[in-house]
Amino acid sequence: MKMPRDRLIRYSPLDRANHWTMAMVFVLLALSGLAFFHPAFFFLSHTLGGPVWARILHPFLGVVLVLLFYAMAARHVRRNLLGENDVQWARQIGDVLDNRDDKLPPIGKYNPGQKLVYWSLVVSIALLLFSGVIMWRPWFAGFFPIPLIRFASLLHAVSAFVAIVTIVVHVYAAIWVKGSIRSMTRGWVTRAWARHHHGLWAREQEEAQRREQQP
Amino acid sequence: MNNSQNIIARSATTTTPPQVRSHVDEVAKLIDVSKCIGCKACQVACMEWNDLRDDVGECHGTYDNPTDLTANSWTVMRFSEHETQEGNLEWLIRKDGCMHCAEPGCLTACPAPGAIVQYANGIVDFNSEHCIGCGYCITGCPFDIPRISAKDQKSYKCTLCSDRVNAGMEPACVKTCPTNCIEFGTKEDMLARAEKRVGDLKALGFRDAGIYDPAGVGGTHVMYVLHHANDPNRYSGLPKDPRISPLVGAWKGATKPIMSAIIGITAFAGVIHYMTKGPKEEPEEQAEHGQDDVPPPHSLGYDATRPRGEDR
Repeated sequence: MKMPRDRLIRYSPLDRANHWTMAMVFVLLALSGLAFFHPAFFFLSHTLGGPVWARILHPFLGVVLVLLFYAMAARHVRRNLLGENDVQWARQIGDVLDNRDDKLPPIGKYNPGQKLVYWSLVVSIALLLFSGVIMWRPWFAGFFPIPLIRFASLLHAVSAFVAIVTIVVHVYAAIWVKGSIRSMTRGWVTRAWARHHHGLWAREQEEAQRREQQP
Repeated sequence: MNNSQNIIARSATTTTPPQVRSHVDEVAKLIDVSKCIGCKACQVACMEWNDLRDDVGECHGTYDNPTDLTANSWTVMRFSEHETQEGNLEWLIRKDGCMHCAEPGCLTACPAPGAIVQYANGIVDFNSEHCIGCGYCITGCPFDIPRISAKDQKSYKCTLCSDRVNAGMEPACVKTCPTNCIEFGTKEDMLARAEKRVGDLKALGFRDAGIYDPAGVGGTHVMYVLHHANDPNRYSGLPKDPRISPLVGAWKGATKPIMSAIIGITAFAGVIHYMTKGPKEEPEEQAEHGQDDVPPPHSLGYDATRPRGEDR
């Protein structure tokens, strides 16, 4: 499909399908996990068909998330390393929060906030996997000594907390920055959006397009 | 369940459980290890009363049979051969099973409301209907007691025959014990009896005899009289100073309200930020449409479309 001239493709159909599958799986994981974390959230275990089903399904969903997440994360590592102007952008976090975007330096495809979300999830989901396998009954927990299971249980709770807070921030940022939800549902952003929020990426994309158009 | 109005602690419950009928004495089972002959009658009585039948196992070269607690074997005699410094052999036999802690690690760790309860008389009971099979009780227990059944994925352990005790009877193992090694009564009476027995053992030359009622878990409702109370580990790994692991304490203690609150505050901060600072609106496509460089109203920080002077 040909994109209208004033649009840039930001996320491929595969990226989008992966993202929204992960989003649903993450929500189910977070709700069922919170149910086991604090009695106040126990009622959330019904989102997976009751507490026993939640206990059974939660770890399998966790594996699904791990596969989807790292398949995606592996393809986006380079874009999430520290880039040009990132440090300056992070220093001006006050301007970012106050929406004084005109004062910010141009940055690449992802800004430092997005990179922080990326790395926070790369680390917390890895910890959730390792600790989760150690806690997983009836399949794996029996192979581990109880003191290790205790440590894993605490680590699982703390990592899940980090992941959930990260996702809350991620969701809010999507609501905050108009145009970004459409980029993940439809895949495109306007040129103006790209120049405004990700100047270096916009320049890079536009140059690539120009090169393509030259015979 | 009959015992539904004398519950002093209930798993995963933040309000006070029903406990109007709590004017009862704390009970205790006293196991005098020095009088045990290892006959396993208690194991049989436990199976009979509780309608449990374990699989026939294999001999591992010891008298332990079965070799470990299971979902169907709630009590097991553990035999250990200990060589003293003088070169004598001591055959130490300990009836293992739930200790019914005053501060139960299983109940602390359990995420299922009401799956584990503690009655006013001190008995810690599993209400298996509410069990979800997560195994957190195993993680929380300082004595490695609960076992999950492979058949139904529910956790099981000694109930201290809560059904019998509720009807004014002693636990099945107590009733059957041929040497009166196991006794049952109020905790107060059992402590008095244990003290007397410790005195007897000391008179017999067991200088380190003592009562095992570990304070780290608030005391237990199953107590031992040990001839070597200075070294409980000698009795097939009975922990010297059991307590709920600090890891479990952190997992099930302060982290729960603190982390829950931070998640809520983060979401709330988002709401407040949106309401005060507003969104980053989609930038206008100035280049394409050749519009004037007039800043959009929202970037001015107030509603520019509204006539001045109408603010108040």
